[in-house]
Amino acid sequence: MHELSIATAVVESADAAARRHGAASVESVRLRVGELAGVVADALRFSFGLAAEGTALAGARLEIEEVPARARCGGCPGDFAVGSPPSLECPGCGRSAAELLTGRELEIAAVTLPEPDAPAGVPPPSLS
Amino acid sequence: MMCRTVDLRHAVLAKNDGLAAELRADLTARGMTAVNLMSSPGSGKTALLERVLTRAGERGVAVAALTADLATENDARRLARSGAPVKQVLTGGLCHLEADQVREHLADWPPRATRALFVENVGNLVCPATYDLGESLRVVLMSVTEGEDKPVKYPTAFGLAHLVVLTKTDLAQPAGFDEEVFADHVERVNPGVEVLRSSARTGEGVDGLLDRVLAACSGVTPHRPVLARQHLERHGHTHAHEHGHEHAPEAESGPEAAPEGPDEAASDVIASPAGQPSDAVLQTVADGS
Repeated sequence: MHELSIATAVVESADAAARRHGAASVESVRLRVGELAGVVADALRFSFGLAAEGTALAGARLEIEEVPARARCGGCPGDFAVGSPPSLECPGCGRSAAELLTGRELEIAAVTLPEPDAPAGVPPPSLS
Repeated sequence: MMCRTVDLRHAVLAKNDGLAAELRADLTARGMTAVNLMSSPGSGKTALLERVLTRAGERGVAVAALTADLATENDARRLARSGAPVKQVLTGGLCHLEADQVREHLADWPPRATRALFVENVGNLVCPATYDLGESLRVVLMSVTEGEDKPVKYPTAFGLAHLVVLTKTDLAQPAGFDEEVFADHVERVNPGVEVLRSSARTGEGVDGLLDRVLAACSGVTPHRPVLARQHLERHGHTHAHEHGHEHAPEAESGPEAAPEGPDEAASDVIASPAGQPSDAVLQTVADGS
């Protein structure tokens, strides 16, 4: 269950981004999670709710975009889906993959913040 | 309500990866190389490590071990019998080690002459796989009683390993372990990685493992797993920069020239030890059995 650690890191980063942009809350966070990132989306959603409590992310939506794993073949010009269970052997020519193209992403793609309607006391957005 | 979307493209584990990279550099400056040992509980990792530490002592190589456990200090006591400096990390229930926990223990430890520092991770093949601990050699271990298809069940752990160690080979026959099937499964997730056979009971592979560790200490580039070769920077993952703009379906490809985010510049998300693949030294051990 390292998803709680991951969720905590997500909350910290998104919270910092909200502060930099002068937002007191966060509407949603969009994560990109690769098929081979070793993270279970459901466990992450559950953990996110816990990690967000008492922060600017309380009540924020977590959108998880799952990124399929694809690899570039080392033998032929093609690329292929690594699949599940995974195999880095090219189904076209049988050679091993030279590199992974996608599938290990674990990143915050974007955060959605409420538009500041300039009420008093809210610091201006700073893009430091 | 009006909303705005801010593109972050920030690696979730950037903080850990940054710390791990610093730690790796710090250890290198101290003439030390860290080895991350990962396996399921019960794979025989502690027993094998005890043998390796003892053998290192016999060969006059200064080594040390940091062993993580959820609650007990039993592993540290066992490893200390080797005579090597040993420290226990109690994770307090946490299922994996993170770079800052390792760093915490390395301020004034191990002794200066230490060349190799073994970090025995929490017994778990899922969570530890995601965390770089500043190691230069990542070893995944599995015993012959665990089933030949384990590598494809835990592709991240096996796929990112520089070396795979099969343990308890003295039990291979009674366990009916099919090494060819196992090797195929390893190859599927980590083409070209070496599989080293070992047995803490017979001593098989003890010197072999130590040799590979010493090679890493001497700066020999270990096997480079395909899984570690994802060029995330191409997709703009490398930098913690951000733009505020109207929501666009896809962010523009490629980061700007320089990281400008206030967060630490996120290094390569994978942050594996750099270098070109080299199979010259770490060849596949084709065991005759």
